[in-house]
Amino acid sequence: MSLFKIFDIAGSGMSAQSLRLNVTASNLANADSVSSSVDQTYRARHPVFSAMLSDETGKDQAGVPVRVDGVVESQAPLHPLYAPDHPMADAQGYIYMPNVNVIEEMTNMISASRSYQNNVDILNTSKQLLQATLRLGE
Amino acid sequence: MSISIDKVFGVFDEALTLRAKRGEILASNMANADTPNYKARDFDFRAALEQAQGKGGGLQTTHAGHLKGEPAGPMTTNQRHLTGSGGELTGIDLQYRVPSQASLDGNTVDTETEKGRFAENTLQYQAAFGFLSSKIKNIKDILAEG
Repeated sequence: MSLFKIFDIAGSGMSAQSLRLNVTASNLANADSVSSSVDQTYRARHPVFSAMLSDETGKDQAGVPVRVDGVVESQAPLHPLYAPDHPMADAQGYIYMPNVNVIEEMTNMISASRSYQNNVDILNTSKQLLQATLRLGE
Repeated sequence: MSISIDKVFGVFDEALTLRAKRGEILASNMANADTPNYKARDFDFRAALEQAQGKGGGLQTTHAGHLKGEPAGPMTTNQRHLTGSGGELTGIDLQYRVPSQASLDGNTVDTETEKGRFAENTLQYQAAFGFLSSKIKNIKDILAEG
């Protein structure tokens, strides 16, 4: 019955969005984590989603779950800040701020929570339909 | 006189299956609302239902006693081979939804549209289910009276 596959699909959507929320929370928490060298500074992380098409090519599939391919670090340039009095300042007096754009992270958070709610709605609706279908003919 | 169960259920049997498949596609659209380059899919329900009814299980028959060919699934040479089912859509014409707004990452899913269509599909599923259920109850009542 096709409705059972909706559990897989909506479940995959929920887990992908919750991972996206985790990554957003991590970015926001580390928005001020300075360090003295470019290599050690926290870089904003973003998840990469892809549709989990099955390996058979050329066939149209009804339901395609979403898969998280991984989490990549943003390669946007870091901001050096001139603060010679900072305890972590390097030899030239610079500290490096992470490249986290707080506004972008907040919009990501709103979008992720909205998508998560949508997937939960679909899951609940399909569950009710299946339960009603089991009582067919009563 | 033989009772043909297929004729009793009429169109609602196929309608229920197709509604479930459409629900699967719409759920997949919603789950992939943030996937780059994902294109929203859907199919024309009326056309798919007519096609399923027109095939009538594979072949038009003029008499209930004639055999009907079964659609779907590849031919198997041995009874123990598995027939394909579930994942593929045999005979349903999946189309792409026209996006209302351009997007940076190539994703054409409009969440609100999909939500609306999913809600409508759910109601239609419940309607088809209600009709089917009442027909089954009728048969049960007739059998119980006998």
